Order: sequence, then structure tokens, then C-alpha cells
Amino acid sequence: MKKIFLIGLKDLLLIFRDPAALILMLLAPFALTIGLGFVTGRMGNSTSSGISDIPVILVNQDGGQLGTALIEMFHSSDLQDLVAPSEMDDFTLAQQAVDDDQAAAAILIPAGFSNSIIPCASTASLDSTVVALQLYSNPTRPTSAGVIKTILETFLSRVETSRAGGIVSIEQMLKQGLIAPDQAMSVGSQMGAQLSAQAGNTASSIPIQTQNGQTGTFKVDTLAMMAPGMALMFLMYTVTYGGRSLLTERQAGTLPRLLVSPTSPRQILAGKVFGIFLTGLAQMAILIMGTSLLFRLHWGDPLAIVVLLIAAVAAATGWGLLLAAVAKTPGQVSTIGSAMMLIFGLLGGSFFSTDNLPGWVQTFARISPNSWGMDGFSTLALGNGLNAIWTPILALLAMAVILFFLAALLFNRRGFAAA
Amino acid sequence: MESILQAEHLIKKFADFTAVNDISFDLHAGEIFSLLGPNGAGKTTTISMLSTLTSPSAGDAVIGGHSIKRDPMAVRQLIGVVPQEIALYEDLSARENLNFWGQMYGLSGKTLKQRVEEVLERTGMTEKAAQRVKTYSGGMKRRINIGVGLLHRPQLLFMDEPTVGIDPQSRRAILDTVKDLNHEGMTVLYTTHYMEEAQELSDRVGIIDHGQLIALGTQAELTRQVGETDTLILHVGETDITDGLVEKLRGLHGVIRADSTDHTVAVITPAAEEILAPVISAANESGIKIRSVDIQEPNLESVFLHLTGRALRD
Repeated sequence: MKKIFLIGLKDLLLIFRDPAALILMLLAPFALTIGLGFVTGRMGNSTSSGISDIPVILVNQDGGQLGTALIEMFHSSDLQDLVAPSEMDDFTLAQQAVDDDQAAAAILIPAGFSNSIIPCASTASLDSTVVALQLYSNPTRPTSAGVIKTILETFLSRVETSRAGGIVSIEQMLKQGLIAPDQAMSVGSQMGAQLSAQAGNTASSIPIQTQNGQTGTFKVDTLAMMAPGMALMFLMYTVTYGGRSLLTERQAGTLPRLLVSPTSPRQILAGKVFGIFLTGLAQMAILIMGTSLLFRLHWGDPLAIVVLLIAAVAAATGWGLLLAAVAKTPGQVSTIGSAMMLIFGLLGGSFFSTDNLPGWVQTFARISPNSWGMDGFSTLALGNGLNAIWTPILALLAMAVILFFLAALLFNRRGFAAA
Repeated sequence: MESILQAEHLIKKFADFTAVNDISFDLHAGEIFSLLGPNGAGKTTTISMLSTLTSPSAGDAVIGGHSIKRDPMAVRQLIGVVPQEIALYEDLSARENLNFWGQMYGLSGKTLKQRVEEVLERTGMTEKAAQRVKTYSGGMKRRINIGVGLLHRPQLLFMDEPTVGIDPQSRRAILDTVKDLNHEGMTVLYTTHYMEEAQELSDRVGIIDHGQLIALGTQAELTRQVGETDTLILHVGETDITDGLVEKLRGLHGVIRADSTDHTVAVITPAAEEILAPVISAANESGIKIRSVDIQEPNLESVFLHLTGRALRD
């Protein structure tokens, strides 16, 4: 175990002493992020978010206060640049429109939604079951659908918080004798009216974290979408470099020298993998901390970022290792690796949203760590936590396991020393 | 004499090519044994098998009681390897390299630090230990390359042509280091295609050619194979065709053997001075201008020539 660690640390030290590698690992992603920030207006004075006019269909069958509040919120001035809401009466038709890629999502506000939350003297009691909203997402527009989902979750979160608070307040008032039991429903109704006014009040901000880490109006930070894209793309460079180092060591004679030391081929391979992983992790950590400090960029929940980072770097390491197992010379690794970095970057959404790409391209893009990583980082940038990114995390870890297995198979077949 | 290495019928094939063909020899503890042969003779492949880097296609070797096939990890603990090419991390300093390689051999703590400083001192690199290897001259790199092989004080040191491509001063330093190590009790298996190095260093020499061990013994034993003969080396012009001259020389009285290689003609004779005049006459008759003549007493070069009909440098 100690030797694995030592080999990994040695590789980390070597790559950080290579000026050319440092330029591509750290400087290039920073420069491109800044460049794209200017292009999209994030670095200038423009208020454009880069993601705008997301088509969403609202089907309001509720007719109550909260349903109306939700509709008004989507039409509010705060969200007017971000979403382009339209309304329909039939949820099936709305779903069809989403299937036809005319909208990123459709939302059904079912009948009885408001009454299930706001106590009404004639129709509801305090412990009635809440009628659920329905969100129908377009799988080919994961980022846009994610934005709609986040808006909805934020709205519901506020409603639920207020509802729970209202119930507790009424119970306390009943216990302390401040109101009589027959007054509870009318008091609840008054509180509900305030709640709906608050939830639908477009002047009030939706409590979602913005790029400066404070609660405020809803805002999608373009840089928070682009910085991960660049970081993930250049992560592929780093793992390629790491894979290349395996073949470089063979050519330079240091791999044979390791193989005649009392160090097993498995330890050496594990050490090299650890080195690639460690380097990728260090690169991503530096980029995340750098962009956070320099651009005041908020990447999201730190714990979720760490978990996603580990998964993304593991998957990328798998690609680097597979490349080293397939290629015969360091030159081949560099050539294939550069192509892979660009293709994965394009398909994975490092340069532009892949929402409008054909479905089969989006499916194919899922072989890249960039695609899953972008999903995860975008979701976190929208203010979600670890629970919202388990799918990309598990996909990345599964990718890592499969690629490690394939690489090990190839190394085993060809002989590690001849790899 | 105690044997530290027994190689038995080692064979290494790469597809249809046989790089090492049925080699067997013993190495005595405390000796310097040289494998002498031209480039491509199979020296490095033999070292690769003995150091457990590659598996033999057939045969086996036992080092310190451990089979290279069945117990390679135990063998690796006993041996040190100095490869032909510089096998160092160029972006690490000499000290960082030595620290890393020492740890790969299981050294740590004070022992590691002490051994690293010892090796730096032995190789004369203490002052430059903090500089990155890529800033060193070829000779300095060679010295550190050797130093890595000594860190864990191996019982048996394999040195694969450690003086290739370096200046005479560094070469001298390396040869002296090998002798010093041997005086301290280390057994050395040294491969070279320089006859002078094998003669200077070796207790015993194995001559290898085309993957086969064609002669083995002390220098005295080997030169006795040639007999009381001298070797006359004629250096001729680059454009001269020597086939006709060689045929004429073979017909001369007192010539045991005559062979030509690039720009040289080698004549083996019991009395070089006596046949010098007829040899020069034969060259004149053949229209070949002799640029210079060397007369060699029996040595490893003449042994190789005697056994193969070719010079070592071919």
C-alpha cells in the first residue's frame, strides 16, 4: 500500500513540475472559462444568464390561491428572461408537446392542490393529504428541465415550510386556549391566504442560492455552468497525460526498473492509477477553488461537490487507463487523448448546451464523464444538494469500474511490461 | 567456491527469433563475471531474464537459492540492476530519485537517508544532489543510474553496459566503482562489448555471440584456446575491396586464419613479425593500400576473432 502511495505521489510531483502540463491542466481551463464568461456576458456588465427562455407548459386545474400563485410566479418579472411559460388545459396535450420537444417541461397543478394545503372551513381539515404537483420533463433537455424542476422545488419548499409552520402555530394556539377549536379552520384559512400571497408574491425573492452564496432572486450563473465544462474537458487532458506516463516510463526505462525491484506489477499499476486519480483530483480542486476565489463562483453544496468530483475523476481516470492499455506509444496516447478530450468536451456540453442535439447524440454522449459530470455540476449550481445528483454519481462510478476492468483485462492480455 | 547464481539452459525466443539460445553458467560469490559480446549478441536479454524482467522461454536460473521463474520477488530482494539506458526521473533531483528508488526497495527512515547520502558520496554527486537530473551531463546521470542499483546493498549486481556513450573520465570512475564494490564483497555480473573493460575487471569471462555462450573461463583459460598466436590487424582504405587479399593471405605460409571486416583485415599467425613483409607484399599486389598495422598478443579480442571469425565491434 505504501508503494502504491509513493508511486502516485511521485507521478503527481512529476506532472506539477512539467510547465507544459501545468499550462494545459490549469491555465487553459481558467483562460477559456474567462473567455467564455466574456462571450456570454457573465464577465461583463450584461445580465444575460446564457440560459434563457426555457419553454414550459403550465396546466392549472386547481383554480385555488396557490395554483394561481405558481402561475403568476412563472410570469413574474424575475423569471421573464429565464422561462417562457405558456398555458394549456389538457395535461396530455402538454405532455405530447414536451415529447415533441416543444417544451423543456410541463407542470400539472391538479384540482384540489390549494385546498389540500390551505385549510378551508368547509372542505378541508388540518391533517388532509397534500395533492401533488406533477412535473413532466423533457429528457433531451436535462439542464433546462433541471432549471424548471429547481424553480418548482423552491416554490414547494416555501409552501411546505409555511404550511408546517401554520399547523404548528394553530396547534399551539389551541393548546394555550388562544383560539377555540371551532375557530381553527377560519384562522387556518387566513394564514393560508397570507401563505399564497407570499408564495406568489413576485416581488419577494425565491430563496435559492446565487453565485455569491446568499439568498436572493433566482439567477442561473453562466460561469457556474461553463467552469465545470472547461474543468471536465481539461481533466481529460490530465488523465491522458497520466496514461501516457505509463508508456513514457516504459520507454524511459523506469518501468522496467520498477519491475525488477521488489514491487509487484499490481502495485505498480495501482500506483500509476492512483497517480492519475490524484493528479485529476488536484487539478479539479485547484480549478474549483481558483474560480471560487477569482470569480466568486458558487459551485454548490461542498459535500456534494467533493463526492461528484471523486466520481468524475475516477471515471476520467478509467478512460486514461484504457487509453494507455490500448495505445502502443506515448505519441498514440497523446493523439487519441487530444481527440477524445475535444469530442468528449463537445458532446459533454463543455462548450454549449447539448439540449438541442439529436437524441442519439445525447445518448452517445453518455459515454463521456463530461456529460454526467456536467449534469451533476449544473444541478448543484442550481442550488440542489447531494440527493439530486445520485444518478450522475452512480453512472460515473459504474463507468470507472467498467473502464478499469477493461483496462486490466487488456494489460493482463498484453503483459504489463509490454503495455 | 560458493555459487550465487546458476543459470541452466536459458532460452529466450521472440516469435521466430531466438535471442538467447541454451545458455548455462554459474556465478561465484564475490567475483566479477563479464559477459562479453558484440551488440545484439543476447547480453541484455540474458540480464533481463536473470533480473526477472522477462521470463525465459525455457530453462531456469537460481539466484541465492531462489528460482527466477518460481520466486521472482525473493530474487529481486537479492539483486541490484544497473540498466544500459539511464532509468531515472529527469524532473526529480538525484536525491529525490534515490529516495524514491530506495523506498521501492523497502528502505525507509534513517536507513534510507543514510544509504542515500552514502551513494551520493560514492558517486561524487553530493554537491549536485539537489539539482534535477535533466541538468546533469551524461556521465553524471550514469553515476546516479549506478547509485540506484547500490542503494539496498544487493548481494548480486547486474550491470548492463554501464559505460556506453560516456566520456573517458566518467568511464574510468565507473570502472573504479565496480572494482571497489567487488573489493567490498559484492558479486558483479557485467556485460560489455569493450574487450578492455572485460580484461580489466573480470575474474571470469563468458563470450556470447548470436545468443550462445561460445566460451567461458578466466582470461588465461580463454587465451589459451587461441594458442601462442598473434593477431595482425591491417587497416585499409574505406573503398578497398579486400576479398582477393584475404584469399592470398590464407595461402601464405604461417597464416592460421585470415578474415576481413569493414576496413580491416585480421591475420592470425604464430609469428607476426616474420610474416609482416609477405603480408604487405600481398596487399601491394592486390592494389590495396595499408594505412596502419597493429600486432596484438593473445587477448579476448583475438579469442573472439578466433572463435567467430569476426571482430568484437562488428
